[in-house]
Amino acid sequence: MAKRKGIEVSIALSDAVKLTNADVIAAYPITPQTHIVEHLAELVANGELDAAFIPVESEHSAMSACLGSSATGARTFTATAGQGLELMHEVLYVASSMRLPIVMAVANRALSGPLSVWGDHSDVMAVRDTGWIQIFVENGQEAIDHTICAFRIAEDNRVLLPVMVHLDGFHLTHMIEPVTLPEEEDVSRFLPPNRYPLPLDPVKPVAMGDFAPPVIYTEAKWAQEINLRNSKSIILEVWREFEKAFGRKYLPVEHYRSEDAKTLIMTMGSFSETASLAVDSLRQKGESVGQIKLRLWRPFPFKELRDAVKNADTLVILDRALSYGGPGGPVCTEIRAALYNEAKKPKIVSFVGGMGGRDISVAGFEQIITQGMEIARKGSPNEYEIFGVRE
Amino acid sequence: MPKKTEAEMTWKDIEVGCIVTEPGNAAQYKTGAWRSQRPTYTFSRCIKCGICQMYCPEGCITQNKEGFFEANLDYCKGCGICAKECPTRVINMVEEEE
Ligand code: SF4
Ligand code: SF4
Repeated sequence: MAKRKGIEVSIALSDAVKLTNADVIAAYPITPQTHIVEHLAELVANGELDAAFIPVESEHSAMSACLGSSATGARTFTATAGQGLELMHEVLYVASSMRLPIVMAVANRALSGPLSVWGDHSDVMAVRDTGWIQIFVENGQEAIDHTICAFRIAEDNRVLLPVMVHLDGFHLTHMIEPVTLPEEEDVSRFLPPNRYPLPLDPVKPVAMGDFAPPVIYTEAKWAQEINLRNSKSIILEVWREFEKAFGRKYLPVEHYRSEDAKTLIMTMGSFSETASLAVDSLRQKGESVGQIKLRLWRPFPFKELRDAVKNADTLVILDRALSYGGPGGPVCTEIRAALYNEAKKPKIVSFVGGMGGRDISVAGFEQIITQGMEIARKGSPNEYEIFGVRE
Repeated sequence: MPKKTEAEMTWKDIEVGCIVTEPGNAAQYKTGAWRSQRPTYTFSRCIKCGICQMYCPEGCITQNKEGFFEANLDYCKGCGICAKECPTRVINMVEEEE
């Protein structure tokens, strides 16, 4: 039986990578992802994980090395954060268009400037359109589970897309939490060997990463887009299989006391648990409040999101990133777009807060929810509300 | 099934990750189309040494029936390297007509 133990989430995530028997890890250390790659380097150096650890000179190189390794059919992992993810940026598109099943943990960190090593979602939002499958996790257990699931999703020959697992920098990466690490043989049963269909192979040579003139570029991009959209059903299938094997259930849009709620707060990542406490507290005060949490960011779960909010009057969304000069938080903007043509939809209130590592307490979330309800009633002159700024 | 050209392929025909599984399909691109100069020859001076062929970055020079080395203008990009390297000045680059 897998035992429950207290462990730092970064270490737990690296141990999960070890359980998947990854072949290649190419990574560059950056706060707050450092403990993940440090621990993996240790596991490889100690002989506990039979993998090649490639210590590259930058994140651009890390992702480039991952392309090469994944193209040979090797199970490939990397991790980064914030500026590191930005330095990888152009290569991220190549990974998804080449359909390479790389798995990457992103310890979400605010983008500079001003220089910040602390957490928010500005790095996530900047790579929204890179064509990767993107999954938010909320706690240490989810970080383990979704790292394992990510490999199975990515490598499924009906998917063949890279996957990012987003976990909040510090708020999650540096927490010591009770988690259950699955047994190695259970993971091996759940996760079949990687069988990339057309790997680099001297016996059967192929050319990868070729150019596409205007006559074929649109077709290439459409094939990629259809594939990412279709991956949703396989993601759900993998999560169902995971539930069967390990007993923990995951959904693209998670719910907390939301069934009959008139007002919903929507969150992503580790702040979700704090928001749940605020929901409990407001429920005790007699408010009809519930919560939904976005787990699957790409491909966007349109159907599940529409179903989740259709009976609510008000939907308050907390983004942890700004779209400068734009219509509000990036997630909120997408949800507004997803609901615009629906006949029955809640009023949507956009909040941006928790940037650059700023905490939002339970009382803070209560304030966001109650202020959101008031704005839904009375309106607001603002495109979005900024939470917790000193005037 | 006869192979489709790129202009005939639909998005469903594209191999996973746009991987090219058969060698040689780059020959479909007539890469000489944007040339601004082309090589012309005074074969009477040619000693058939093949130096032009060795130096051509496009690999587009082959021997013709008489054994002279000549560029395939579908692929020649007009760089003039062959003309520069030819020891007997067989090759003269001329402007392409508008
Ligand atoms: S001009 Fe350049 S490309 Fe054309 S035949 Fe000569 S060397 Fe080759
Ligand atoms: S380099 Fe000049 S002499 Fe030699 S084969 Fe070519 S054209 Fe003839």
